[in-house]
Amino acid sequence: MTTQRTSGRRKQALAAAALVAGLLATAACGSSGGGKTSDAGYDAAGNKVVNAGTTKGGTLKFAGTQDGDSWDTTRSYYGFAWNFMRYYSRQLVTYKTEPGKSGAALQPDLATDMGKVSDGGKTYTFTLRDGISWEDGKPITSKDVKYGIERQWAQDVLSGGPVYLKDILDPNGEYQGPYQDESADKLGLKAVETPDDKTIVFHLPQVNSDFPQMLAMPSASPVRQDKDTKSKYGLHPFSSGPYKFESYEPGKSLELVRNTQWKDTSDPVRKAYPDTVSVKFFSNANDMDQRLIAGDYDLDLSQSGMSPQGRQTALKQHKGNLDNPLSGYVRYAVFPQNVKPFDNEHCRKAVIHGADHLSLQTARGGPVAGGDIGTNMLPPTVPGTEGREYDPFALAGADKNGNIAKAKEELIACGKPDGFGTTIAVRNNKPVEVATAQSLQASLKKIGVDAQIDQYDGSQTSGIVGSPSNVEKKGYGIIIDGWAADFPSVQGFGRPLWDSKYILESGNNNYALIKDEAIDELFDAYAKELDEGSKGRIARQINHKVMEGAYYLPFTYEKYLNWRSSRLTNVYMTDAYNGYDFISLGLKSSK
Amino acid sequence: MTAPLHEPTAEAAPSAIEEAAAVGGNAKPVQGRSLGRIAWERLKRDRLALTGGAVILALTLIALLAPVISNLVGQDPDAYHEDMIDALFGTPKGSLGGINGDHLLGVEPVNGRDIFARILYGARISLLVGFLSALVAVVLGTVFGILAGFFGGWVDAAISRVMDGLLAFPQLLFIIALVSVMPSDMLGMTGSSVRVFVMILVIGFFGWPYIGRVVRGQTLSLREREYVEAARSLGAGRFHILFKELLPNLVAPIVVYTTMMIPTNILTEAALSFLGVGVKPPTASWGQMLSNAIDYYDSDPTYMVVPGVAIFITVLAFNLFGDGVRDALDPKGSR
Repeated sequence: MTTQRTSGRRKQALAAAALVAGLLATAACGSSGGGKTSDAGYDAAGNKVVNAGTTKGGTLKFAGTQDGDSWDTTRSYYGFAWNFMRYYSRQLVTYKTEPGKSGAALQPDLATDMGKVSDGGKTYTFTLRDGISWEDGKPITSKDVKYGIERQWAQDVLSGGPVYLKDILDPNGEYQGPYQDESADKLGLKAVETPDDKTIVFHLPQVNSDFPQMLAMPSASPVRQDKDTKSKYGLHPFSSGPYKFESYEPGKSLELVRNTQWKDTSDPVRKAYPDTVSVKFFSNANDMDQRLIAGDYDLDLSQSGMSPQGRQTALKQHKGNLDNPLSGYVRYAVFPQNVKPFDNEHCRKAVIHGADHLSLQTARGGPVAGGDIGTNMLPPTVPGTEGREYDPFALAGADKNGNIAKAKEELIACGKPDGFGTTIAVRNNKPVEVATAQSLQASLKKIGVDAQIDQYDGSQTSGIVGSPSNVEKKGYGIIIDGWAADFPSVQGFGRPLWDSKYILESGNNNYALIKDEAIDELFDAYAKELDEGSKGRIARQINHKVMEGAYYLPFTYEKYLNWRSSRLTNVYMTDAYNGYDFISLGLKSSK
Repeated sequence: MTAPLHEPTAEAAPSAIEEAAAVGGNAKPVQGRSLGRIAWERLKRDRLALTGGAVILALTLIALLAPVISNLVGQDPDAYHEDMIDALFGTPKGSLGGINGDHLLGVEPVNGRDIFARILYGARISLLVGFLSALVAVVLGTVFGILAGFFGGWVDAAISRVMDGLLAFPQLLFIIALVSVMPSDMLGMTGSSVRVFVMILVIGFFGWPYIGRVVRGQTLSLREREYVEAARSLGAGRFHILFKELLPNLVAPIVVYTTMMIPTNILTEAALSFLGVGVKPPTASWGQMLSNAIDYYDSDPTYMVVPGVAIFITVLAFNLFGDGVRDALDPKGSR
């Protein structure tokens, strides 16, 4: 559950079209430098298809600075990896290959329809398509789908991926996972039935309105039992999609070639234009950006934005090759309530009022590379969002440079009229994170809050800031972090952060230790609610409760600059992955 | 700050006379040029060394007067000037990293802090760590070196093995590991003070064997000299021999090694800050500035050049001065 951009969880943007337009306008204002608009134009692929074309062939060349956390469909939590996995894996349902908001809508993939719902939302029945096959030509059966899902239970061997289906289908942890399954076919999971090779039935103990979203994750992909190499599966996953692994050297390169057994008639989603898909990993982001700009590679695998260096060159000379999408992340500071004086809401409010929000935005990269000032905790990519309309602390309005008078009032109410000392915890592996902490430190100094900055190892997050007792011991009153939704709903975004049931001894994400019964009840109500309008209303209520508690200081709704080469066809940003929709990309010429 | 450098040389003068007396020759009334005086006259002729010395003096003054100077130019090292920053790129507006009448060396990218003021304050950290860690090393190295050389036997064996061990120890890795497990408050200090304290101790601790070995070697040869024998036969105690007879004659190599060690320590501090285990933000440090500048080497080269030049000048000045001092004091050196 890392929250760094590049190691991001899958994120989804469901930004209202009007809001997107507004953001684009802001971006255009900020970019006074101009530059050559050689290609389709700046931010052209934001919500429409650039260079539509149907040419087949060629090699699509990705460049990346970070390998996937795993290429095993069960084990990955990186957003870009989920996007990439559509090349070699299929799911019962998946995201539409359409630009922008509609790209986050679901459609049938292996299944013939979106499933028949019965028993008041507790039973889902799917029928598989004809002609779907593995890379060796054998048909994909409902048992393969069930086995693939069962692998989520084997967390001791296959850790790292999302476990939503495991939590929803088996909340009491009764099933032991396929590797300890004593039944002959290893399909002992009772909540999923496979009456025949074409039918799969899910029985949910409790209604969950986000269930189809969980089936669209790669961790619900079919895996064939005789090809399951357990912990080594990520080195060579067995393909059910249009491409298969040709070679993979972890941290160096990856190459996919066509899966000749895949039939386009069986797949309504994947176009599979290029003949080969290659990935080259770089150790230096500047180096990679230069190679992208030089045209040696087509796009960034991690879809996390260019380095400051590459950003500048690209904006000045190749502005037409850039898009400026929302990343789906909210960047924020959170105040753990087990660290004094942040148990007092007035002290939390003092920090919120005292911070210079414009300075924080600049520290995060400014309006283009950083994003707009965040005003509440529900990002513009999650349904139910009010975007920047809801701004209870006037963060982007009157008080965008901070309001020292209000902060002092809150300090008096908190019983700390002269301020206090505290520690800001920030991950050390990104300069922008430390710059953010320094900005906060500088503005808090003005209200008498003396903050020390403690930089911690970003790869040790779960044991350092994810451990409430360690947070208390170290006195981390302010933790700088960010979060994006696993799937586009307030449940997929906020439940691990705000629901008291999700407070853990280690690997905790409810850093603020929010224990608010009203919020917990709203989440329960949300899971049972099937009506989209009511779901949005509950999402808003949860967001308001969180903001009223002053547990968080939002910094930005993050945006980034994304490079697309001029060779690419069918380029568009999808809100399903907050990046280019990899599966639709093609090349202008087959060379 | 310069005191440790000059005091030993000054002390060397009377002791050298004593030594001359002890060796047997009666001090001739004709003209008494002490070794220290000879050395100083040699040093005076060495223009490079003098320039180095002058730069060191100037840097020391700058470091001591950093608050005064930054007040004079009206810049606070920690104040943000975001109006100076181009929001699109995060780099300073204007040419040469935002150099203008207010910001003599430009401003930092992203937050617009004044580089001139930060360089002044950064000099404090560099020189503080450079001098004090050298002091720690000199004290430890001299004491243990002289003990090892004088007593020999198992004392020598034990101290020499410890020195060998320390010399083989990966100092940088050790400090990085140490900093990550260190509490952020200790002995009533917080934040950067803790880091500076630990850096001084650790750099000094790992530096003493270099001096220790030299002192031991010198002591080994000196203790067999006639004047020591003479003192011993006159019934001088160990401590008298150690501190009155031997130590004054060790001053020259110690001074030479100290002047050579300070620039190394300054570089170590810069390296540690570069790696993010040096001083904590917002405290200014040259190494940290250099580290931050990497992301802007192309778009804002001034930001990288300024701290780089500061480190370069400082280290060069110490090395030139150190070379000069060695040439002046080393009896075997060319005259």
